[in-house]
Amino acid sequence: MSILKKLLTSAVIAATATAIAGSAHAEDKRIALVVKALGIGFFEAAAKGAEEAAKELGDVEIIYTGPTDTTAEGQIEVINSLIAQRVDAIAISANDRDALVPALKKAMDRGITVISWDSGVAPEGREMHLNPSSNALIGNMIIKLASDHLPDGGDVAVLSASATATNQNTWIEEMNKVKDNYPGINVVATVYGDDLADKSYREAQGLMQTYPDLKAIIAPTSVGIVAAAQAVTDAEKAGEINVTGLGLPSEMAGHVKSGASKSFAIWNPIDLGYSATMIAYNLATDKAKAEPGAEIPMGRMGSVKLDDNNEGAMADPFVYDASNIDEFKDIF
Amino acid sequence: MSETAAGPREIPDRLSSPIQRLTGSWETLLLAVAIAVFFVNTMASPYFLDPWNLSDATFNFTEKAMIGFAMALLIISGEIDLSVASIIALASTAMGFAVQLGFDTSALVATGLLVGLVCGAFNGALVTGLGLPSIVVTIGTMSLFRGISYIVLGDQAYTGYPSSFAYFGQGYVWWVFSFELALFAALAVIFAVLLHKTNFGRAVYAIGNNPTGALFSGIRVGRVKFILFLLTGLMSGIAAICLTSRLGSTRPSIAFGWELEVVTMVVLGGINILGGSGTIPGVVLAAIVMGMVTFGFGLLNVPGIVMSIFIGALLIAVIALPRIWRRISKGTRA
Repeated sequence: MSILKKLLTSAVIAATATAIAGSAHAEDKRIALVVKALGIGFFEAAAKGAEEAAKELGDVEIIYTGPTDTTAEGQIEVINSLIAQRVDAIAISANDRDALVPALKKAMDRGITVISWDSGVAPEGREMHLNPSSNALIGNMIIKLASDHLPDGGDVAVLSASATATNQNTWIEEMNKVKDNYPGINVVATVYGDDLADKSYREAQGLMQTYPDLKAIIAPTSVGIVAAAQAVTDAEKAGEINVTGLGLPSEMAGHVKSGASKSFAIWNPIDLGYSATMIAYNLATDKAKAEPGAEIPMGRMGSVKLDDNNEGAMADPFVYDASNIDEFKDIF
Repeated sequence: MSETAAGPREIPDRLSSPIQRLTGSWETLLLAVAIAVFFVNTMASPYFLDPWNLSDATFNFTEKAMIGFAMALLIISGEIDLSVASIIALASTAMGFAVQLGFDTSALVATGLLVGLVCGAFNGALVTGLGLPSIVVTIGTMSLFRGISYIVLGDQAYTGYPSSFAYFGQGYVWWVFSFELALFAALAVIFAVLLHKTNFGRAVYAIGNNPTGALFSGIRVGRVKFILFLLTGLMSGIAAICLTSRLGSTRPSIAFGWELEVVTMVVLGGINILGGSGTIPGVVLAAIVMGMVTFGFGLLNVPGIVMSIFIGALLIAVIALPRIWRRISKGTRA
């Protein structure tokens, strides 16, 4: 009995402590940032961005929450408790595009603003969706990164994932559309590493042998970019051949320091959490309306323009280089 | 204790008086915990005591508890079924497939129930027919059933369920009483009667306490166990209908990890994991306690991992307390 009693008492203490902390500003707008699961660096960083937005706005309280593991059922329990607390807005990165729709619809029926970010919900379950970036912006960014460090132009090659990878193919297509804007940059080949570390490594070696004048390798895949950077380092061509594309700061930190990669890009989770909060606030306070063609302000991130599906892209992918890699390598 | 100073000494015809039994029982303790949880939640959050919020909160446990009733009987009989969550996945996938074929709502329900029954029969046949241990069989079918769902669906989802199908997981019978809550209550009564008031129920206890003895007393042990597996499959099918209707879609990861939550609920309800004892009211109370604790923590935005720790601690306390209590009372008597 005593153990149970102790458990209950500690639960009461914990509960009242949280209740007191939670009810400090009752008149604030309460915005819930719901993530796929707690304890993931990417989402912790997004929560940091949300807090930054809350500080800037002043009258906002952020509820950062999510299930223990990445299930739709867990997120529905979280959504139900947020509905019960009558929060003003829910900004969610969804574990399931469809299964959350009934629960989120109920939230909207009860007057709660619902948006999705990062990982979207089907249109009937949210007012709008915020993509971290767009295919066109990514396609432009990967060639721009190569061009930035080649003022006199030169040969560049693409190391992609598999030949059937939808994402990579779309980005390369978008890149080819804008490559004429970067005169002197000559895309000589596209090879496929199938998102396998060893195959990507061999393909990168092959590129260096076939094209002795190669100046840069663009790898729009987090596996390929690491493998290519390793191949360049092993061939002692770090500084000669610049490896760039899309990668994760935690995996690329070493290669940025060694000079094999001068810069690369990926979305910035802090900006994403910040923007989602700004949008949720503007929609919840009726300062903006989510409809096709609308432009919703996002504070320091400018504004987002919605397409026919009420989806919008936040910004260019964020560029990571020697100046900021240390700050982000521990985050994701 | 009940001895009176005058008059002849009373010879007890049972070990303890009904009142003693009631106050010392597991169910009473659970009821006290349930009331305490209710009280704490009401104090801690202004949003807890709201009919609609409480109604929403019941969805946290109704589907799991439906399976829990059948699982309770199965565990009392000395067996277990760890494939229940995977049966949900397979039944839900079959219903999603049936939607593509243009089945209407009643045919969808029939599909879900049928798949549940077939899966239960498959488990039951392997355990009672071939004499395999149920824990091994159902760990196997746990992967098998969900594996089939993954093969059929991959990273896709079935959607487009007819709007009348939404009633089972999103509809209300009266005011705040959802269809799921009504079904949960009805099934609780049915299972309580089945276990506590019928010959079949007595047979389940007898098998759990001594399968050989039960067999020699003329109980058809194999048949009873097979029926229990069928029932568990059927209840998983019913849970699959409710959950699929509530989510409005099917993905192969549906109800992932629920088998452990169901077993936790049943054990918390006072069902002896070794078989032979336990009651349905205990499972009902455990379901409510688990649901209200989860919801209460959710209202305070306590991270999910704290809830897991709390439930884990509660479970260990539940199993350890009676033993510690027995040891202490034995110690004082000696």
